[in-house]
Order: sequence, then structure tokens, then C-alpha cells
Amino acid sequence: MSDPRSAILARLRAAGSEGALPALDTAVLERRRWTPAERVQRLRQGMEAIHAEFLEARPGDWPAVVRAFCEREGLRTLLYGPATEAGRRLAEAMAGSATTLRPYDAPVETFKAELFQSVDAGFTTTVGGVAETGGLLLAPGPQEPRLLSLVPPLHLALLRASTIHDTLWSAVRALGWGQAPPPNALMISGPSKTADIEQTLAYGVHGPKRLVVVLVDDLPGTPA
Amino acid sequence: MHGETDLSFRASATRALGDTQLRANFRRAMDGLMAKRAAQFPDPKDLQELRDLGTAVRARSLLRLPELLEQLEASCARNGIQVHWAETCDQANAIILSLLKAKGATRLVKGKSMVSEEMHLNAFLESHGIESLESDLGEYIIQLDHETPSHIIMPAIHKNRGQIARQFSQKIKDAKYTEDVDELTALARKVLRQKFLEADAGLSGVNFAVAETGTLCLVENEGNGRMSTHVPPLHIAVMGLEKVVARLEDVAPLYALLTRSATGQPVSTYFNLISGPRSKDEMDGPREVHLVILDNGRSRIYGDPQLQATLRCIRCGACMNHCPVYTRVGGHAYEAVYPGPIGKILTPQMEGVGVRHDLIHGSSLCGACSEVCPVEIPIPDILVRLRREATHADAASKVAGKGTGRTLTEDLAWRAWASVLRRPRLYRVSAWFATRFRRFIPGGLPLLRAWTMSRTKPLPAPRSLQERLRSEGLPRV
Repeated sequence: MSDPRSAILARLRAAGSEGALPALDTAVLERRRWTPAERVQRLRQGMEAIHAEFLEARPGDWPAVVRAFCEREGLRTLLYGPATEAGRRLAEAMAGSATTLRPYDAPVETFKAELFQSVDAGFTTTVGGVAETGGLLLAPGPQEPRLLSLVPPLHLALLRASTIHDTLWSAVRALGWGQAPPPNALMISGPSKTADIEQTLAYGVHGPKRLVVVLVDDLPGTPA
Repeated sequence: MHGETDLSFRASATRALGDTQLRANFRRAMDGLMAKRAAQFPDPKDLQELRDLGTAVRARSLLRLPELLEQLEASCARNGIQVHWAETCDQANAIILSLLKAKGATRLVKGKSMVSEEMHLNAFLESHGIESLESDLGEYIIQLDHETPSHIIMPAIHKNRGQIARQFSQKIKDAKYTEDVDELTALARKVLRQKFLEADAGLSGVNFAVAETGTLCLVENEGNGRMSTHVPPLHIAVMGLEKVVARLEDVAPLYALLTRSATGQPVSTYFNLISGPRSKDEMDGPREVHLVILDNGRSRIYGDPQLQATLRCIRCGACMNHCPVYTRVGGHAYEAVYPGPIGKILTPQMEGVGVRHDLIHGSSLCGACSEVCPVEIPIPDILVRLRREATHADAASKVAGKGTGRTLTEDLAWRAWASVLRRPRLYRVSAWFATRFRRFIPGGLPLLRAWTMSRTKPLPAPRSLQERLRSEGLPRV
């Protein structure tokens, strides 16, 4: 008796499914294009419709905007990745704040219970956005671990307006994820939600109850 | 194992039709889903182009299926994801059990996976002393009541909030009775977050697997899929062998079709692309990722050029939401893992067209399913084909249980019918009797009873068409 792998592949090959591959006409995706300003607008509309919140900031003042938000919301701890450039700027701005900045710089096993039970919020950067539907693109990794954007009840995400792509399709191409995808890549469009009870939307079922986007306007023509 | 009496869609559908609460629950949900989907596709030209693209992507994947599966295996191996192959559900269950045992895992949290339903994985693992907990809210709700999903996207759609409120207050420790959806959701969150924290392993399905990059794509709204795949030290993914696509960018149009067709959302909350376990400098993520590729009859379906289209399915559930039969009887009446139109063509091909004869006939062939299918699966054509396979299969056919749907009464009736139609004199005599004694034909006759069970008896005309034409002076034809 052959092993399952050979048996399955042999049956598939025996089917002899041959013939010309149908062409892929991607015009319907390609014509979805907007100007940079429209992209910001669309992304925001799409995400606000599903309860994402937005903070407006400029390249020079976003750390201060984040600090003001944390203090206004009375967050006790904000988990972040200390090794990124954004992380360093955030740490500078948060010095002396009532919100404690907690670095995610050790294996999760060393503080798993704490992560689940007593971290108020997580801060991450993003590698881009998707204008068509609204959505943030994240590539978690050593500097910004995977659970940073998932376990804390509030997720603060830094998005630069200039990194918003037209569609998921164009983003995947531009970011090269189709050639060398990171071990984990994500699109996140809002806070965690469910409609499993009577089709009624409820937010914050397993992941963050709130998604707050720090939208940095870095489009040309905008003062820093 | 299956007798016709055990698996009678006719009987269970009749029972379901009498349940007014169930019918109201489904009617409301399906109406809402149809409206939400329609709102997402305002431009028919755009929709058609997107469907053509999605169909082409899936068709290309199937044309190259064996090569893509081998490429997927190699890419996954390169990424550190171990691939396992299973011909049957038993083999797949055994693989998962051995992976869990190797790690001493006793607590498994699950993201939603229809393939794991196909495998009856929960019951299997529990019989081996392993807790297998569903974490998708809908799946969690039905698992509490030891039920199966009644819809592939919204498994608890058959229940209303009152039923769920009673269930939670009885089955969750310290829970007070509430019908507030936010409070019910918060209750489940509290229980399940503790479970994620403590779990030894996580299991998920796969929406799309990318051959070129070795990427497993998961589409979800709740975050339980991310929790199940990123929090525990071991992640096991299960997929049907048809789920592979060639390139990551091919996934984009399928994703666009999936969320819009399924729930009328332009985008899901999370789109999670997993291309490997925790790397050596990462702080979290599973230490091991395994992918189990399941056949369970799919390679046989693949062997037939027409039926192969069944494997294009991306499991959006739009065919259910738009099906006049499904909307009235609900998912459980099908007594199958996959209900609705897609289930009517998939289940008989997996389990046999004879034992599932009721399913292939439980359709009005109205075509609503194929009209909304994002990958244009010709479900009515396949149903008609399977009806033929069930009774008059040709020798080369690979369809499971071919020819076993024949019954002696039906056979004799058709033979009698054919012999009458071939003999003009006999036909005229029969027509004369049928028209003269039209009121006296008993409705309880075999075969006629199948019609009169739920409809009034058809009454033949007082004179046949030929007789009338002759009385009008037309020559005999």
C-alpha cells in the first residue's frame, strides 16, 4: 500500500486535467485607483463604518498626540515595540506620563498572564493601508510581536497617509509579499466583531474592543 | 451504515417546515444576508468581471492541482511549516492526535474550520481525553448544546437570542440570564480568553493556501482565529486539498468575492497570512506550525471534468443564503456537514449518490445558487448530472455510489411509460381511459403519491389533444 501523499497525487495526476490555463483579466482590480487624498478619505470612511477611530497627527507631533490620547483615556499601561524608530520616538514623548510604557522585548512566555490580564493597550506601526475597503497592513515580527495588535483590549496603530495603497491586490504587489512574505502579515480593518447572535453586530469579542488609528498626514504639501 | 431511512432529507425537511420558530430565525437571517450582499455589488458589470476573475483563478488552480500541492508542500517546508497528507478523515484525525500527544497537549482551542467538522475532530479528540474547544462565537454556542453547524459561515444561525441566553445562563459558570447581545458576547469573551491563555495547541482551517509562498490565509472577524493560531505554542491547520492557489496576488480577488458574498462585508476585520512559525528572534507566535491536507473523496471528484467544478467552491455560503429550500428548512435538515446547494452536490459525491438520493432531488433547480455563486459553479447542472448518475451511470463514471439510487418501482414505471409511448394504439387506449376515468385515478398509487403527498392530484383533461383536434376536423397525425 502506498503512502497517502503518493496515492493522492497519483489519483490527481490520473485525472489528467489538462488544457490551456484561462487568462486572468485583472482590469477590474487595476481600474480601482484614487489620488493620495482620496485614498485617505476612502480608507477612513471604510474603517469608521466598522467602528475604527481616528486621531489626526502630523509627522512632527504624532507622539504627543498618542500621549494626550493615552492620558485622556486613563490608560495605565501601553505595550509597544521599543526597537523601531517609532518606538524610540514614542518612548521619548511618553517620559513622565501617567501611562506606563511597557516594552514587548521578551518572549511572551515570560509574561503571558500579564499580557492577557493587565495590559490596557498595544501600540504598533503599520506598513501601509488599503483605500478601497479600508484596512491597515501590518507585518509583525521581532520588533513588533504578533500579539501586540491582538491581545490588549485597545490597539493604537500608526498609519502614514503616504503608505496607503489603492487595493489589497496592489498593496500585495507593492510590498513584495508575493515574493517574500513575512512569517505573519495582516490586514486589520476595525475592532474585533461578531454577528453570530441573531446577526446583531457586537464589538470586542476576542481581539481588541477598540482600534484607534493615528493617521499621520505626510502627503506632499502638508506642513510638517 | 447509512440506510435511506436514517438519512432522509424528505423526512427531516418536513419536520423542519413545521417548526415556525426555526423558519422565522432563518427567514430573517437570510433576508438580511441577501440584502447586504446585494448592497456590496452595486455595479453588475464590475461584479461579473470580478466573478470571471475569481472563477479563472480557481479554475487555473484546479488545472494545475497536483503541481501546486507539491509546490505548496515545498514552500511550506522552506518556511518551517510541516505538511502532512491524509486520504481519509480517520488518517487526518490520527495525524492531529499524534502531533498533540508528541507535545503532551491536552487543551486545544479551535478557530472555525469546516474540514474539522467533516472529520468530526472534536468528538474524536474528546474520546482520547483532549479538550477540543470551539472559539468562534457561533461554533462555541452550538458546541455548548452538542449541535452541528446549520450554516457554514454562521453556524448558530438557527438559534435566537432567547435560546442563547437560556443556554449561557445554564451552561456557563456564574453567568446571569441576559438577552443583551453585547453582554452575551462579553460572557463568551471572558470564558474564551482564559482558554486561549491556557491552551497547549491551536487548530484552524485555511481559506486559501498559496503554493508559491507557502502562506496560509485566514479570513475572520472575531480574532479567535488569530488567537488560536498565534497564542498557543503549537498551531495545526487543516485544509481540503482543493484550497491551494498559485500566487499570493491571486488571493486578492477571491478575498474580495468571499467577504462580500458571505456576509455582505467589503472587508473582514482580520485577514491573517501565516507563512511560518515563530522565527528565532521573534517574541511570540507558535513554535511549530503543521498543515494537514485532506482528500476525503476530493481526488475522486477531481477525476470528472464536469463535477470538478464542485472543487472551485470558496465556502462563502451565498448559495445557502439565496436558496428557497435552505431558507425554509434550515441547515440541520440536510443531515450533512455542508448544507444548502453546495452541500447537495458535495455531500452525495463524498458519501454516495444512492444514500444521499434525497439531497440531489431536494431542489427545484431554480438556479438562484449558481446566479450568486462567486466562482460560477453550475450547481443545477451538477444536480441534474448526479440525478442521472444515481440511476443510469455509465461504466466509466467515478461518481461515488453510482447507480445505487435506482428503485424497482421507479424502474418499472419508466419502462411501462416507455412501452406505452412507443405503441400508438396502446397510447390511444391508455389516453382514452385516463381521460374518461380521470376523476377515479387513486391519488395513493405508487409514484403518484410522491406528488399527492403535498399537492392536489393533477386532473387529466376530459379529452386528449388528439381527440379534440380530430373533432375539429384535423387529420390524424
